[in-house]
Amino acid sequence: MILLLLIAIPIIGGLAAWTAARWSPTAPRWIALGATAIPLVLALSLWGQGSASGGQWIATFDVPWIPAAGIDFHLAIDGLSLLLVLLTYLLGVLSVAVSWNSNENRPGFFFFNLLLILGGTTGVFIALDLFLFFFFWELMVLPMYFLIGIWGHENRNYAAIKFFLFTQASGLLLLIAILGLHFAHFAETGIHTFRYEDLLGTSFPPSLGMGLMLGFFIAFAVKLPAFPFHTWLADAHTEAPTAGSVILAGLLLKTGGYGLLRFVVPIFPEASAVFAPVAMTLGAIGILYGAKLAFAQSDLKRLVAYTSVSHMGFVLIGVFAWNTWAIQGVIVQMIAHGLSTGALFIIAGGIQDRLHTRDMNRMGGFWPHAPRMAALALFFAMASLGLPGLGNFVGEFLVLIGTFQKSIAVAVFATVGIVGATVYSLWIIQRVFHGEAGEATRIADLSVRETVVLSVLVVGLLGLGLYPRSVLQMSEPVASVLQAGAPSEPGVPGEARSDFRFHTFSPTAVHLQHSPPDVPVSIHAEKPVAAGFSASFSSAESDSTVTSGPQSKTHVPFIFP
Amino acid sequence: MTLTDLQAVLPLIVVAGTAVAVMLVISFYRNQTVSAILTLAGLVLAGLCLPFTWALGPHRIEPLLRIDAFANFYIALLLAASFAVTVLSHSYLEKYRMERGEFYILLLLSVLGALVLAASEHFVSFFLGLELLSVSLYVMIGYIFTKEKAVEAAVKYLFLAAATSAFLLFGMALIYAELGTMEFSAVAGLLSGGEGGRSPYILAGTVLIIAGAGFKLSVVPFHMWTPDIYQGAPAPVTAYLATVSKGCVIAVFLRFFAGFDLAANPGLFLCLGAVAAASMVAGNLLALLQNNIKRILAYSSIAHFGYLLVAFLAGGQLGAAAVTFYLVTYFAAALAAFGVVGYLSPTDREADSVDDYRGLFWRRPGPAGLLSIALFSLVGLPLTAGFMGKFFLIGAGTSAELWGLLILLAVSSAIGLYYYLRIVVAMYSSEIDDERKYKGAAAAAVPPFAASVGAVLAVLAVLLVAIGVYPEPVVAFIQTIVESLPGII
Repeated sequence: MILLLLIAIPIIGGLAAWTAARWSPTAPRWIALGATAIPLVLALSLWGQGSASGGQWIATFDVPWIPAAGIDFHLAIDGLSLLLVLLTYLLGVLSVAVSWNSNENRPGFFFFNLLLILGGTTGVFIALDLFLFFFFWELMVLPMYFLIGIWGHENRNYAAIKFFLFTQASGLLLLIAILGLHFAHFAETGIHTFRYEDLLGTSFPPSLGMGLMLGFFIAFAVKLPAFPFHTWLADAHTEAPTAGSVILAGLLLKTGGYGLLRFVVPIFPEASAVFAPVAMTLGAIGILYGAKLAFAQSDLKRLVAYTSVSHMGFVLIGVFAWNTWAIQGVIVQMIAHGLSTGALFIIAGGIQDRLHTRDMNRMGGFWPHAPRMAALALFFAMASLGLPGLGNFVGEFLVLIGTFQKSIAVAVFATVGIVGATVYSLWIIQRVFHGEAGEATRIADLSVRETVVLSVLVVGLLGLGLYPRSVLQMSEPVASVLQAGAPSEPGVPGEARSDFRFHTFSPTAVHLQHSPPDVPVSIHAEKPVAAGFSASFSSAESDSTVTSGPQSKTHVPFIFP
Repeated sequence: MTLTDLQAVLPLIVVAGTAVAVMLVISFYRNQTVSAILTLAGLVLAGLCLPFTWALGPHRIEPLLRIDAFANFYIALLLAASFAVTVLSHSYLEKYRMERGEFYILLLLSVLGALVLAASEHFVSFFLGLELLSVSLYVMIGYIFTKEKAVEAAVKYLFLAAATSAFLLFGMALIYAELGTMEFSAVAGLLSGGEGGRSPYILAGTVLIIAGAGFKLSVVPFHMWTPDIYQGAPAPVTAYLATVSKGCVIAVFLRFFAGFDLAANPGLFLCLGAVAAASMVAGNLLALLQNNIKRILAYSSIAHFGYLLVAFLAGGQLGAAAVTFYLVTYFAAALAAFGVVGYLSPTDREADSVDDYRGLFWRRPGPAGLLSIALFSLVGLPLTAGFMGKFFLIGAGTSAELWGLLILLAVSSAIGLYYYLRIVVAMYSSEIDDERKYKGAAAAAVPPFAASVGAVLAVLAVLLVAIGVYPEPVVAFIQTIVESLPGII
């Protein structure tokens, strides 16, 4: 029932906010604040609860919806979903706070759209019937379109339509793939169902499996966004109002990563294994290319947007590396990126509100005028470049460890991407806050409201970086369950992958994939990782020794030769 | 003709009787409101007869008609759509100071033709129904002859419809010459089994029939007339053209091909597949070039019937159910869209330029909201009926593994998004930016909703959302009525 409320409260709240705008221009924002804060509290109440039935799910909600087509209204939440739902409503509350004063222009409809996106995103994270998942997947697109198209900046119509076309085309592909999966399962068992757990073990002829997997993959890769599907992102992020950018970067991109984790690899283990080298290569390209593009921008929001392409590349390679380290890393990376990029967009939006420009050539020398803003921007830039002690470091580091065991080449290129992140992050600070004063010499510092919002994000990133164990504990059982859902992974991919010319593939790494004890052992070895991070996050080398654990000692020299 | 036969065709008789009654009333007392109310009463009465015909079970009236659950469902659907069209027409015609009672006689006769088609299982009733439908439409399209392009549209439709009727007749004749029967079930049986399927006469005949029906459905390459006539006809008549006159042909199609294994007849399959593909692509691409909402909706309807053919090609109960369900959702969306266009139209022209809709949402949230829901349903966004419709269409296509057509459907409908969005963008564009542009828009000066139109449009909007949220009753019902098609696999 809590799960239903998590979706229903923002939607009902949105309708209420829309209606309330007739009577009072300030009512919608209070309603919106309530409609995001209450689900946040509800989701927090699920934190730390084990599963009632001893299974994977902390809570479920399951009623028939369209029995004639085998569709159920089936919601369920596990550690992964819970983390993302918490992120959703945390960013939801902050987005409402950010847009507190900036929407004299039709606040009711604005908050209606904002809340509808939050409801849809939550639905995506907790829907376990594939049709229901698709329903929510599509539901969050239209309000986002309105958010960009009505309250966006100069070039909003172009950006909104581009966003909509990309997501809609990929959405239909996803629908075809879901239905293909449904009928493949029907052909095998004679049962009409869209339930995730039932569809999990479906077997396909290889070509069909590959086709359906690609359908899912492209839909999620567009949202993620992965190279070469990223072209919509910069426009949408740049033109969206601040709250829209925060939601877009913080949440909508995460639905892509979530889809890859929850559906693509577990449902199509064989096809994913075959496809993994391609996907990881795309991820590595995305990391480097995104960093390069970010560096080339003079538009502040556009720059931050391209950093997302780079950061989400880590998610893509992590998912297709598909071991416990990588999966945990992906989850941490998604949350950390949501917090840090959200914060950067809030700052960029704040600057734009003050100066009415996003052009960095016209900025510079803000530090003396706005020390609080500058210091906080420095903090989030550091988080974005992967400074140890902040959340992004943990995520990227875990992903790299996991990736290293699959492909040294990809890991090496991805690591180079971190250097790129350092460059563009410091570039922002340099151009905006240091140097000679630009045209706009006077800039007001952050207001109390903005400071509070950003402080919450600071606390979140510090918590994630200094005590990742709290999150890793939640994600660890999920990582093992997801892997168990793809039982053939340790064996098949090694063979399948040997066809691909991955020259730098370590023979030891392949051997590790073949050894059956890998999966269970690595799960047990995960606890020291968490403890290791919290104890000695600042020393990368001591982490690695703890991480590698007893069963993979042979790898230590490979990781740090 | 027995008493049971009469009971079975009661809805048809009531509609025919109403036409006569309206004619008689007009000759004594000319008042368009009275005529409209009489028409509505007749349609409702015909609808109220349906439980009795339903209770009969499948009933054949040898050899022309078959009144079964499927026919009953389509009759109900067509009556409901005609009801909406009548209400819309009344408020539309009120704007014109001219004699307008005859419109309802024509409408009723045309509806009668559509109902005959829904129950037809014989070439003769097929042709009679189609002609009854078309001949009334010639006049209805050009009814407001003072309007620009109305007569042009009517004449165009007259010529093309007459030509395709000839095709249709020739096709029927070819098949009759070869098989010696005009009953659908017998024709289909002879076609799918044995030598019949390979005869060039049969193939030519079938293709000619498809051409004739394709004209009514306005699928590519029989679509040329659609934009001009949609644009020239009064908006309620356009709504009628887009819904009733297409829906009844789909009913005939489903019945004719029910016992037909399309997959076993590659030539025909390829032919229909090409029509579907061309309709989806051409409809969506050509709509991109338009600035006129009625033309956009015309091209969009071409594309939508292309989508529909994909499920039709999938065949079987799943395909027939998907087609029927999609048709229901399309009916509601198209009626709502054209209803809003007609309502916003001033007397000198139609409110059909995209610029007429600029900033509409902020000035007139009612009509703009309704049009948005209709457009979202046509796009297939969640929470609207179109989403579920598209889901079942793609589901049917996937079950038959028509991957090529499905990919084309996905790509072309994504392209199609753009032109729907243009209208939506215009409606939601901020007044402040576009003050200059919309100031001259005719739609700014339209009176508030007539209660009747408002009620009909509101019901349609509620239906669109209700089916989008909880389609189960409709889906389950359609699944049962599809089973009643004779010979369906």
